[in-house]
Amino acid sequence: MRKIVLAAALAAVLPVSGLNAAEEAVLPKQDWTFNGVFGKFDKEQLQRGFQVYKEVCSNCHSLKYIAFRNLEALGYSDEQVKSLAAQYQIEDGPDDSGDMFKRKGKASDYMPKPFPNEQAARASNGGALPPDLSLIVKAREGGPDYVYNLLLGYEDAPADMKMAPGMNYNKYFTRGAFQLAMAQQVKDGVVTFADGSPNDAAHIAKDVTAFLAWTAEPKLEARHSTGFRVMLYTLLFTVLAYFLKRRIWSRIGH
Amino acid sequence: MATASTAQKSTWRKIYEWHESRLPIVTYLDHVVGTKYPAPRNLNYFWNFGFIAGFMLLVMILTGVFLAMNYTPHVTLAFDSVERIMRDVNYGWLMRYLHMNGASFFFIAVYIHIFRGLYYGSYKAPREVLWWIGVLLLLAMMATAFMGYVLPWGQMSFWGATVITNLFSALPVVGKSIVTLLWGGFSVDNPTLNRFFALHFLLPFVIVGLIVLHIWALHLPGSNNPLGIEATPADKVPFHPYYTIKDTFGVGAFLLVYFAVVFWAPNMLGDADNYIPANPLVTPAHIVPEWYFLPFYAILRAIPNKLIGVLAMFGSILVLFVLPWLDTSRIRSATFRPVYRVLFWVFVADCALLTWCGAQLPEGLPLVLGRVGAAWYFFHMLILMPVVGWLETPKPLPASISQSVTGG
Repeated sequence: MRKIVLAAALAAVLPVSGLNAAEEAVLPKQDWTFNGVFGKFDKEQLQRGFQVYKEVCSNCHSLKYIAFRNLEALGYSDEQVKSLAAQYQIEDGPDDSGDMFKRKGKASDYMPKPFPNEQAARASNGGALPPDLSLIVKAREGGPDYVYNLLLGYEDAPADMKMAPGMNYNKYFTRGAFQLAMAQQVKDGVVTFADGSPNDAAHIAKDVTAFLAWTAEPKLEARHSTGFRVMLYTLLFTVLAYFLKRRIWSRIGH
Repeated sequence: MATASTAQKSTWRKIYEWHESRLPIVTYLDHVVGTKYPAPRNLNYFWNFGFIAGFMLLVMILTGVFLAMNYTPHVTLAFDSVERIMRDVNYGWLMRYLHMNGASFFFIAVYIHIFRGLYYGSYKAPREVLWWIGVLLLLAMMATAFMGYVLPWGQMSFWGATVITNLFSALPVVGKSIVTLLWGGFSVDNPTLNRFFALHFLLPFVIVGLIVLHIWALHLPGSNNPLGIEATPADKVPFHPYYTIKDTFGVGAFLLVYFAVVFWAPNMLGDADNYIPANPLVTPAHIVPEWYFLPFYAILRAIPNKLIGVLAMFGSILVLFVLPWLDTSRIRSATFRPVYRVLFWVFVADCALLTWCGAQLPEGLPLVLGRVGAAWYFFHMLILMPVVGWLETPKPLPASISQSVTGG
């Protein structure tokens, strides 16, 4: 027993390793419309977030699991999706003479990637590979709170920290020992929203994170509403089973 | 009278009797889980979990078959095919979340079932073979769950497969060959994924077969009960309708918890890293298995020597095979064993501690606690079980189940 107490005391006093400290980094939690039993996406917010992705993120990050047709879930009409897709040039082919060709995008096309391959992506980003963002919210501990805080978590590096060339200090980038290749992209006014919504850094980060939560889990609303009905049914079933059980067992008494 | 009733038989009744006289399947089922199987009347709700585990196996097989229709076992396509299931397949998200959380809830049911057996001494004579088949079921479930976790081919799938298959390399002489056989080559790659998919599809049906044996072995001595004394015919009630309705209620209550996780926190029990496609060139900072393997993972890492660690990990389950003889007490139920009763709960706490340790990095306090926990696990099984059985003075047993109910 004394040994355990001693070990506990030692562990509390000794400096913890980088990774342990990393795991303990506290993410200030945000209010998300899609949290909770009845949580739903805010379609206007998703549209703003998509605009942020299109104008800022998509310069380096792909979104390979999202097709233009999926954007109808954001509240765009069939026509809007078609004309949006048509703004993109998609490589198709080969044609009858064996050549690849470019054509206007269709609703069934997937979002084009900013770089043709990993090597090209790394060459343009100082050796770092910008990850695909489709699943980023589900692929990080902390989910949307992590992504939101990371986008805003840039600070001057502590004086005693040696930064690798071209790296940026981010207090939430625990996975990479606080050194992030991506510089701060979400800043006040980098995007102007057509509906006049506030476009300070915090609002932009929130909108784009909500959009990425949708790309990671596009069936979330269906899951919540189906879940509610399934739970009601199961609850009713269980209550009925309970009373039937009591009735049957009352035949023998205890 | 007899002729009158024959005359009144409906056509359906005649068809039924014609068929039943050729294949008495309804009569058979009636003996297995129906009116002809007498069960002790004093079973508490902990006895629900065997039925619940069987129900979860059914859920896993049904959802699994639909997932297999849409899944592609190839290293370049597996991850994408799972995302396609989540995005484009009708109710694919539901099938997948039911399946991945179903594994966890299957283990929850089975672990409660096992701890119930440990508390009430269900492994003791004459139920040793029943218990053995249960341990085989646990091993088959673990193999199935492990291989299923590899299939989405995320980072944790790949690295979990790498770590666990590599364990076999610690075995002398045959180790390397076993690992090559498991991999189907010289690293975790496409052949590994292919064979894991085939085995992940096959093993559940092995589990079904083992369950048939498990129930067969149960029916000779009949169910144990919370008092652990033999139940006389007067102390028994027919399984149907008494336990069919109680199990139906139990399944409903269990489903409420399971569905709450499936619909509102489907990724709570999983690792975020598994939504990153497998990359053999990038090792995750912290490779952890699914929660239900954590106690065994903690035992593995508690021991600095790889071979001994591997043997201890497998030994922690294999020791259950000899538990009926390690436990020297002839009293089944912990209700009448004042010392063992306390030690049982210490053992439960020890397993919880090991689960926590298994999720931490093996250094500092978690490593120390993991070592203490692993040592206690084997101390409990190998030393305390026989010694307490010899030294403990049990409380007097009631003469019968009805006596304990009426207070004599």
